[in-house]
Amino acid sequence: MTATATRPSLTAKASNYLDERTSISTLVATLGRKVFPDHWSFMLGEIILYSFVAILLSGTFLTFFFEPSMTEVHYDGSYVPLKGVAMSAAYASALDLSFDVRGGLLMRQLHHWAALLFIAAIGLHMLRVFFTGAFRKPREINWVVGFILFILALAEGFTGYSLPDDLLSGNGLAIINGMVKGIPIVGTWISYLLFGGVFPGDDIVPRLFVLHIMLLPALVIAFIGIHMVLLVVNKHTQFAGPGKTNDNVVGAPIMPLFAAKAGSFFFIVFGVLVAIASTFTILPLWEYGPYDPSPVSAGTQPDWYIGFADGALRLMPGWETEIFNWTISWNILVPIAVLGLFIVIVMIYPFIEQWITGDEREHHIAERPRNNPTRTAIGAAGVWFYAIMWAAASSDLIATHFRLNVFHVTYALQAMLIVGTVVVYWLTKRIALGLQKKDREILLHGYESGRIVRRPGGEYIEVHQPLDEYEAWKLKAYESYAPVMVRPNAKGRITPATHLRAALTRWFFEDRVSPVTPRELEIAKRHDDH
Amino acid sequence: MIGLVVAGGASVAVSSVANAEPAVAPHAQQLTAEDGELLFRANCASCHGLEAEGTEAGPSLIGVGAASVDFQVMTGRMPMAFQGPQAEQRDPQFTQEQSDAMGEYIAALAPGPDVPDEQWLDISQVDDEGIARGGELFRINCAMCHNVAGAGGALTEGKWAPHLRDIDPVHVYEAMLTGPQNMPVFNDANISPEQKREIIAYLNYLDENPSVGGFDLGSLGPVSEGLFIWIFGLGGLVAVSVWLTSRPN
Repeated sequence: MTATATRPSLTAKASNYLDERTSISTLVATLGRKVFPDHWSFMLGEIILYSFVAILLSGTFLTFFFEPSMTEVHYDGSYVPLKGVAMSAAYASALDLSFDVRGGLLMRQLHHWAALLFIAAIGLHMLRVFFTGAFRKPREINWVVGFILFILALAEGFTGYSLPDDLLSGNGLAIINGMVKGIPIVGTWISYLLFGGVFPGDDIVPRLFVLHIMLLPALVIAFIGIHMVLLVVNKHTQFAGPGKTNDNVVGAPIMPLFAAKAGSFFFIVFGVLVAIASTFTILPLWEYGPYDPSPVSAGTQPDWYIGFADGALRLMPGWETEIFNWTISWNILVPIAVLGLFIVIVMIYPFIEQWITGDEREHHIAERPRNNPTRTAIGAAGVWFYAIMWAAASSDLIATHFRLNVFHVTYALQAMLIVGTVVVYWLTKRIALGLQKKDREILLHGYESGRIVRRPGGEYIEVHQPLDEYEAWKLKAYESYAPVMVRPNAKGRITPATHLRAALTRWFFEDRVSPVTPRELEIAKRHDDH
Repeated sequence: MIGLVVAGGASVAVSSVANAEPAVAPHAQQLTAEDGELLFRANCASCHGLEAEGTEAGPSLIGVGAASVDFQVMTGRMPMAFQGPQAEQRDPQFTQEQSDAMGEYIAALAPGPDVPDEQWLDISQVDDEGIARGGELFRINCAMCHNVAGAGGALTEGKWAPHLRDIDPVHVYEAMLTGPQNMPVFNDANISPEQKREIIAYLNYLDENPSVGGFDLGSLGPVSEGLFIWIFGLGGLVAVSVWLTSRPN
């Protein structure tokens, strides 16, 4: 017994061998102790990561069989209604993947469904980070990295959508071609460069394929790496609670608990995706037929994540002006400008907010959305703006399914885009302030217990029950800001930038509910006692 | 009996027709163009005019042919359920004999497209390549309104192109031939009867071979796919993550 106890086990020897050569123990010790807070919204990033793994695996399978070429062939596979039809080799190989390669259809559907889930989860994850203020110092750079990942994911999605060279993907490219050509002067030349001649040409599929399977995935993986490293360096944020401060992270360490949870979550995500891919069809490309510039199908839409851009085009009135025989297509240029501006604002929002608030402190506590009413209102208005454009991409289906006039649907969405965004901003801000007031009242005077008591004098009162310490902490732990004052700088001048900033902080923080002070709590407590 | 129908049909309320219908069918095996005229006067004339010359409420039917009558009546589009952007479909209000009689009457007014011969509806004469050609013709000529999968689509001003699933071949043929409502006419010079038959064979193939990749989510394309992944895919996984991070209370 004693002899075996002193002899190092095989595992110990192996790990020692590895450690002596790689010093991996430092890394394992650091990473193994990385702490994950217990809140479901912190798992959204994992859905993204795991669906990306599903995309990589299924995508690798697809590249074994897909032929990225626009050479004309005549189909000779199993699908009867396309027999002998002229098509590109790309489309023919996509059909073979669906009908003649064992497991090919499942893999193609898995790849496509996982891509939709990947981007949807990115969207939700970004909203979580935005509304809890988790992008504040020191995480601004990681927000930008994450945002670049989002744009890369859109690019991956769009290039993938265009590869099978079916009618739907060709229609999508036709819209891109139209948008590019709408750019004054250089548009036509850019289009020729992109498509290698007149649209559609026979270069675009191989070109997009290289982007889709090489450049973009490499960038996505690199940026995921940066995102993860910064995540470890910055640590997680957490919601306020007893024992949870700005200087610690409370939760489960990676080893062993979180690794077990995350590992099982990976299998759940993968399992859900395979279940969806094997029971629900996605892009039945045999129905669409090969791309041909003349036919366009009713109900032609991009995948959901490009929907906002399609919707913007649908909502824009068809304005054009002609100057010296040059047509300026405002119907293309305005949506491009608006979307570009929208994207840039989202990307640099952490820096905008920091400049306005002048807040240079580090923040590791996730804010409850109500505790920053203006940011929450900006976010809600942004979500609304995006969602209306998104809905507009399905205006024709809204019209047929709800028996409406498609023109009226468009007018209504136009109004909702412009007026609705303002209304949503205002409403959200008021609701957030109202919730803050309610929190304050509950904290000071307790919650309504539902117990009605009759006083000796005949008066009825409802007894208010004070919160327990645990609950109370969540309500009182937040920071409040005051607008920045206009002060002269070192040279004794007040610059226009100072004025602008003061005006913006007033906009942000003029309407506010300040947190309960200890003194107020003390008074309220004494009040409760008698 | 027919006299009764006419008398009852002086008011063109559709209900009266529906009531009269069983009374007519058993007795009148062979209806003639005259019977068709009486039926027309009783049920159609208030909008289309006593001599089918048209009124403000409905177009002239002179020269539309028997094919048009058969399509409109036997798909339940006429008599119209109500005035709207487009005639709604409902259960047919007449028997095939009654409809044919009205068709004969209309065809006698002026020449027009006739009901197609049986041979043009016999899709057993179409081979695999023919089905493929039919698919190609469908994508080029029909898909822009009816959708590639025949799921239908929106048109302007509240009008729509109906879905094309499980439609009687004769009605598909007649629709191409006569261009009902907002549909353009695809005459025999444009799409030959053989080609029309191939299109019908393609639609039949779609009906007989349901979605191979699983549930088709209405064949509506990326919109229903996006809604599905947000609601069931992401929604389900969020539920799982709530469960994974929950603690026993």
